[in-house]
Amino acid sequence: MVDKVLTANRLTDGISVWLDANGQWSTSLQGALVARHPEAVAALEAIGKRAYAENKVVDVNVIDVQETEGVLWPLRLRERIRAEGPTMEYAPGYPIADPKFIDA
Amino acid sequence: MYRYDEFDHAFVAERVAQFRDQVERRLSGELAEDAFKPLRLMNGVYLQLHAYMLRIAIPYGTLNSKQMRMLAHVARTYDRGYGHFTTRQNLQFNWPKLSDMPAVLHDLSTVEMHAIQTSGNCIRNVTADHFAGAAADEVADPRPYAEILRQWSSVHPEFSLLPRKFKIAVTGAERDRAAIQVHDIGLHLKKNDKGEIGFAVYVGGGQGRTPMIAKLIRDFLPEEDLLSYTTAVMRVYNLHGRRDNKYKARIKILVHETGAEELARQVEVEFAQLKDSELKLPDADVQAITRYFALPDMPERPEGWESLARWKKADEDFARWVQQNVQPHKNPDYGMVTISLKPIGGIPGDATDAQMEIVADIAEEFAFDEIRVSHEQNLILPHVALADLESVFRRLQGTGLETANAGLITDIIACPGLDYCALANARSIPLAQEISSRFGSAERQAEIGELKIKISGCINACGHHHVGHIGLLGVEKKGAELYQITLGGSGDEHTSIGEIVGRGFDPDKVTDAIETIVNTYLGLRLDPSEIFLAAYRRVGPQPFKDALYGSAAEAA
Repeated sequence: MVDKVLTANRLTDGISVWLDANGQWSTSLQGALVARHPEAVAALEAIGKRAYAENKVVDVNVIDVQETEGVLWPLRLRERIRAEGPTMEYAPGYPIADPKFIDA
Repeated sequence: MYRYDEFDHAFVAERVAQFRDQVERRLSGELAEDAFKPLRLMNGVYLQLHAYMLRIAIPYGTLNSKQMRMLAHVARTYDRGYGHFTTRQNLQFNWPKLSDMPAVLHDLSTVEMHAIQTSGNCIRNVTADHFAGAAADEVADPRPYAEILRQWSSVHPEFSLLPRKFKIAVTGAERDRAAIQVHDIGLHLKKNDKGEIGFAVYVGGGQGRTPMIAKLIRDFLPEEDLLSYTTAVMRVYNLHGRRDNKYKARIKILVHETGAEELARQVEVEFAQLKDSELKLPDADVQAITRYFALPDMPERPEGWESLARWKKADEDFARWVQQNVQPHKNPDYGMVTISLKPIGGIPGDATDAQMEIVADIAEEFAFDEIRVSHEQNLILPHVALADLESVFRRLQGTGLETANAGLITDIIACPGLDYCALANARSIPLAQEISSRFGSAERQAEIGELKIKISGCINACGHHHVGHIGLLGVEKKGAELYQITLGGSGDEHTSIGEIVGRGFDPDKVTDAIETIVNTYLGLRLDPSEIFLAAYRRVGPQPFKDALYGSAAEAA
């Protein structure tokens, strides 16, 4: 089974977030709780539904990731860009996505 | 330009208050997302990949310096210091918080701006020629009619829940700079033999997954019938437009499936009922609206002719900028200035808060306080004295706004693409940046001449790739980006949809492919006056296919 994590956008500001191992919505993918079997995926989905119903997050999705040497790497480019931000310099003071992470 | 009356002010203020309440209820949990989503969309608030996005209407692309400064303020205060001017003459902010949205909309309302009808299945922001009111080739200024349509269509109860979104564009010159033939309704202002003002009416154009060129269904609609006839078109669409399939819901599909002749007949039946109703435009009202758009009091400035020639001789950069970015004004002492938002290697359409402030300052000092946004994602100062061009250029220099590339290969349209957009399949901006950098030398651009590259990151075609002389469409194939190239598209008075040249290209091969296409063109053009589009129309796709895929390439 492909590893999965739970992602959404925070209600108040729309920023992309991932569910971490403490049950918190983190702005970093790398701390995300990884589901490695169907029961864990079902649990993630249930948590997502509850968080949506409790108006904490919107646009909740379980996404496919691959863990390599401790780094979580979404299989879809869309999700890698969501995790890292725009892939070009767009505003002073805001980091550019790591090309190695995006294009690997 | 148009000034809000008491009704407009009260209406926008009420909407801000209403949305403030809705946002508060959403944040408190009283309103669920399913209930809130249509409400936020009605106020221009989308959810994109990284954050909320706010789309602000700039009616027919016209704004003044006060409004531009307010956009700068919003960028600085509520966003990350920049905004993105779009192909629909609007502005998008990519990072505002939902909790800040009522404050943003309140601030905008103080300068007569809002985000109403920038989303949803309603009549969207009416667009117009960005040179309206100034162009030497204009029959009449399209903006009064765009304003009349704006007032009529704003929260129109009958047309707020259409089968799909609806876009109207108006041009006032034979040279179509508003791409009217790829709009749901395109209006071409013209005069008849008697010298009366009216419209050629085109219906059913559009891009997206099913690109269609609009059909002419009325060659001359009298001015007074603008609203009654448009209402008739909307009624036919509202009644017969498909609601069973989102992808077949636009009026272009109805026109295609019904046939233009039959659709025109149905419109005429409706129109006969409406023609002499309260929708008939009183001449006094047209005149009243038209007065808002009167040319500013422009003093004679003949000294500009001599000084302009002198400055051009002394400064090659200035001469190039004038050559490329200044167009003839109907007043010969003045010019229309394009401020390029396409710096070499930059992000098409983006402007920082500081750049917005600079444009506002220049507009106030040198351009009668008028600014336009073009659908090609540039800014326009429509009335600048030739005698002031040198001062304007000096003020732009060093700000990233002085690029002399209007209409050239680096004046690329690009949608936000997968770097921002929740619908996109591939990135647009980095590709635009790479192409711009590759062709960035002034000499090379001048050698290539007029060439419009347009890039979309998905089939919805916000980057207008179908009407690019060279169009690029990003798709997702086997989890990776792939770009289809189309050739021969055009969004002017001779509108054409680009043809796919062959199989797609990986991201790292696209710019090379563009270079191959450009070199092929340079090798086959009759002379430098034959622009890329003309050459393509003369020779067809085969030389380009041969160059890209080898001489054995078959037609795609």
